[in-house]
Amino acid sequence: MDDERAPFRFVAASYVVLIRPERAWTLSDLTDGLRTCSDASLFHHTFQSLERHHYTRFSSDFAQWTLAACNAAPLAEHLASVDVRDFVSFEDLRRALQAAIQSHLDASPGAATRNAFEPFFFCEHQSVEVPIGMQAATLRELAEGIRTLDLQTIHHHFINSRIRLQLKTNDFSHWIRHSLGLTGVAQRLDRIDIYMNTLEDLRREILSSIRSEMHA
Amino acid sequence: MIVDRAAAPTRSPSFGDYAPIIGTADLAAIRAFARPLRQTTATMVNSTAVGGSVAEILNRLVPLMTELGIETRWEVLTGGDDFFVVTKAFQNALQGGAFEPRADWFDLFLAVNDENRRRLVFDDTFVVVHDPQPLALVEARALVRAHWLWRCHLDLSRPHPDVWAFLRPFVERFDGTIFSSPSFTQQLGNPQYLMYPTIDPLADKNRELEPEFVQSVVEKFGIDPDRPIVTQVSRFDRLKDPLGVIQAYRLARRFADCQLVLAGGGSSDDPEGELMLREVQEAASRDPDIHVLNLPPWSHLEINALQRASTVVVQKSLREGFGLTVSEALWKGRPVVASAVGGIPSQVIHKVTGLLVHSIEGAAYQIRYLLANPGVARRLGENGHQHVKENFLITHNLKRYLLLFLRLSGKA
Repeated sequence: MDDERAPFRFVAASYVVLIRPERAWTLSDLTDGLRTCSDASLFHHTFQSLERHHYTRFSSDFAQWTLAACNAAPLAEHLASVDVRDFVSFEDLRRALQAAIQSHLDASPGAATRNAFEPFFFCEHQSVEVPIGMQAATLRELAEGIRTLDLQTIHHHFINSRIRLQLKTNDFSHWIRHSLGLTGVAQRLDRIDIYMNTLEDLRREILSSIRSEMHA
Repeated sequence: MIVDRAAAPTRSPSFGDYAPIIGTADLAAIRAFARPLRQTTATMVNSTAVGGSVAEILNRLVPLMTELGIETRWEVLTGGDDFFVVTKAFQNALQGGAFEPRADWFDLFLAVNDENRRRLVFDDTFVVVHDPQPLALVEARALVRAHWLWRCHLDLSRPHPDVWAFLRPFVERFDGTIFSSPSFTQQLGNPQYLMYPTIDPLADKNRELEPEFVQSVVEKFGIDPDRPIVTQVSRFDRLKDPLGVIQAYRLARRFADCQLVLAGGGSSDDPEGELMLREVQEAASRDPDIHVLNLPPWSHLEINALQRASTVVVQKSLREGFGLTVSEALWKGRPVVASAVGGIPSQVIHKVTGLLVHSIEGAAYQIRYLLANPGVARRLGENGHQHVKENFLITHNLKRYLLLFLRLSGKA
């Protein structure tokens, strides 16, 4: 991706989950954990958890735990509304999550030390990528490649890429914009709602946008 | 108890046979992860070749890894009955049970591990030791340059302090440990990885069956196929709470017609299990709608058929490891009512892939709810099937090992 005219190189991507020793039994513990946890941990509980969100009410692990284990629905909704698309740095994301909890605790100080039904277990994301020898030089080849990718790799290229690129975009849009010069379709891909789609829906929407451009 | 006519016999599945289940894209990704590991080899070590979920997983995992180019051996620890009495006691103690050791137990554990260490060859790139029985084999790592992993299938959250103090130094000599849930871990000096246990969708216990075969199994056991069937599949063990299941069934039965099937087995060499079975039979004796099926260990097809025939599957354990019978039921699209213990909440997401309960009354209420709401039951079953497909199939286990091997060897 460094050479803007280079072909798009697909990878197979997934991850290993490392269980961290940190636990949160209260919202106060969660605040402490958020202050000290690694970027990889923050990533796992926000960006990576989007992979599983169609099974839970909220896509953020922090929001889900706050709801299910602390019975703090307003805070859960607040944490869930912290949209990863708005952040290109972990520090900003970390501050936004901490601010949401602090605001809740300011309003309900007693909630800080109330024990949750079950602890929050901090985990960490360790990414694994291997080249698969497939590349695209045209929009058609890009679509063909996306069609054959597994869903974790779609997640890698379309969602996880945002923090990797440190841009409010994804691998596909980035390449389309800079290598093919097609800003319209790149923008349409950027507007796809990653929160309201399953990964398979996401693939369909991406392909639909690309095909519309190809047939325009 | 054995049904005469089974569904079509199967050959041992190859990797490509999973394509219709998980899709060619996932298969291609797994192949891509295996490619950089082709010159590597692995050894899996556990304490039994048959019986139990670890042996079931290794039975499929080892050939699949080898097929993908990672030559994998499966070694089984050898030891006398006295050794396995010790390791059974260790296992119970590690999961929070009582522990009253004899003076020679720790020495016997070390001696048997030492004999096996001298018998076995560890010249592979990766060595994965399963569960506590072969833990002390890690002493061999001083001689070889393999990456050593300990795969703990137990819930270690409340270990007996004496056993844990003895075993912990061995655990910390591994390059990493693997647990089935973050809640099962201990604070350790080496990295702890998360890996769910899995089921094999092509095994006799889980593969698709002809409806006629399912019907024949149900009829063979005297179960009425035209009335709702509530089933719990588990060995007759107090921690699986079969008596609690009977109570829940009786509470539910006051308002909803149903039959109860308690299918399990493996109690012949377990005095406690035999006692539990007798108590269950006694509790069920005056109700012709309770079917207590003490099945032999090779009854995989029958268990599969009973799960598929069930209207609701229950897993009302008091304590549980991961509880893979839940995934087996979900895979078959059955609505599940299960206790929120052990690894069950990873499989049953309340009101999404099943219903979690905390009491006999709760179980009864949710059984009634599902019997009265077949649309909800169907939706939970469909979600449950998808959840298992995405997380708890043997192909995920394979992928997770490959990813871990790639990380450990620096090949990714």
